[in-house]
Amino acid sequence: MLKTADNFCRTAVLYFIFIWFGVMVFAPNLLVLLASFLTKEPVWFLRLPLNLQAYRALGDAALLTVILKSVGLAFVTTLFCLLIGYPFTYFIAGFSKETRALFLMLIVVPFWTNSLIRNYALIAVLSEDGLINAFLLHFGLIAEPLKLLNTTFAVFVGMVYTLLPFMILPIYAVLEKIDRSIVEAAADLGAGPFEVFYKIVIPLSFPGIVAGCIMVFLPALTLFYVSDILGGADVNVLGSIIRNKFMIDHDWPVGAAISVALTAFMLVLLHLYYKSGNTVEQERQLW
Amino acid sequence: MVSKLLKSLYIAVVYLFLYMPLAVAIVFSFNDASNSNAWSGFTTKWYASLLHDQSLIKSAVRSLFLAASSATVSTVVGTIMAIALHRYRFIGQKVVFGSLSVIMMSPEIIQGISLAMIFIVLGIPLGFTTLLLAHTVFCFPFVTMTVLARLKGVSRTLAEAAADLGANDVSIVRRILIPLIVPAVFAGWLMSFTLSIDDVIISFFVSGKSYEILPLKIYSMVRTGIQPDVNALCAALFFVTFAVVMISYRLVRDRK
Repeated sequence: MLKTADNFCRTAVLYFIFIWFGVMVFAPNLLVLLASFLTKEPVWFLRLPLNLQAYRALGDAALLTVILKSVGLAFVTTLFCLLIGYPFTYFIAGFSKETRALFLMLIVVPFWTNSLIRNYALIAVLSEDGLINAFLLHFGLIAEPLKLLNTTFAVFVGMVYTLLPFMILPIYAVLEKIDRSIVEAAADLGAGPFEVFYKIVIPLSFPGIVAGCIMVFLPALTLFYVSDILGGADVNVLGSIIRNKFMIDHDWPVGAAISVALTAFMLVLLHLYYKSGNTVEQERQLW
Repeated sequence: MVSKLLKSLYIAVVYLFLYMPLAVAIVFSFNDASNSNAWSGFTTKWYASLLHDQSLIKSAVRSLFLAASSATVSTVVGTIMAIALHRYRFIGQKVVFGSLSVIMMSPEIIQGISLAMIFIVLGIPLGFTTLLLAHTVFCFPFVTMTVLARLKGVSRTLAEAAADLGANDVSIVRRILIPLIVPAVFAGWLMSFTLSIDDVIISFFVSGKSYEILPLKIYSMVRTGIQPDVNALCAALFFVTFAVVMISYRLVRDRK
């Protein structure tokens, strides 16, 4: 009697998991894959026959230029998030447990105001009569207000601002677990602070660095509302292109093909991430 | 000593950067100018005009309701998934586990588009239901991972001992596992709530005209020019969320 009830429980839960993943995770992505091989159609958006037309469109020079610009912006954004976020995370990881919890909470709090609204508030900082220009004019550092808004620079600031927490949190998760006695042992054995940092702290936190970089780089390619609000009409990210293909041009196959390419790229990055995690695990076993 | 001061200064500068837009929105919600970013006197008129802007308030309430309900559904789904991954061995377990991290890492735009497609194929009209399902899909892996991390520390022998003493699955879960994972479940709920309230892109693809939430309402206003009462709403919402989260955090901590 007991056993049958347990079995029923198990079966019900597993069915739920399979259906949930099947319908909400796998089927949607398979649909995008399928759409990328279909043909554009004005009323129903998609029709047969299956072909590779959409993937050929990816080779278009104008499209490639926008994609490359977006990749460049995402790369610089990731680099700056890492350069700003790593020392920051390293410093807060050195505090006591209660202080660290508070610091971490303070990183999450701004998220409770939607990121679109927070990016909108950045306009008041970057515009010609905004805070930065007012500050620079007040101290006589510039004679004319700088045009910051509606430039790639503004989008870059917005991206770094929006994504910095996504660099900090994964790095923190790794740094917190580093056994401080290893660091102390290295110092006792005569390693200087820089040597300890480069030879011990950085390698041990490498999985966190890779995770952070992925979690910044991919959204930096796709957060179209940041470029819409701060970059004006001139700056487009890869995400704007995908959105436009679906919502404005109604060219679903090409939109889906770009999405598939982006997904493939993400899977490659994730593969690298797991490899980076494994190498550290292997090194740990040597200890 | 100097290095400690420099560290603190650096931490302060980064927080200043993270809080500046919020601070600006709050300060400008009291600014008397209607279409300028320059300061021109203190006023509370935007809060008064906000009270009359029914559609803006409605979409803000919808956003909060969506975040709370999707966080709750995510917590239930995510916790069931974590307990199943912890207790059962089944075919496809590795695939399920791997998919969790793929969902957490994948760009919102891809989730938004793919979910919109499945809703169209299944014939579910875009609105509250689709928003709730979509938000649950991108939030539940965070709950599962948090709860799993907590379950890792729970010895299997505990459940085995209970089973030997005649407890069935349901009572093992209800009386042993759930009490042990309450802090992680709450952390998962809070994380889901945060992710849901912050989301723009997934909502952009899966919401319809029938249920407009705040970020999308503001997004459509950006093109026509934003009224300054948005700053007031922004500030008000921030304080409401802050208060609610702090109170619930206290309640959970005291109960522990």
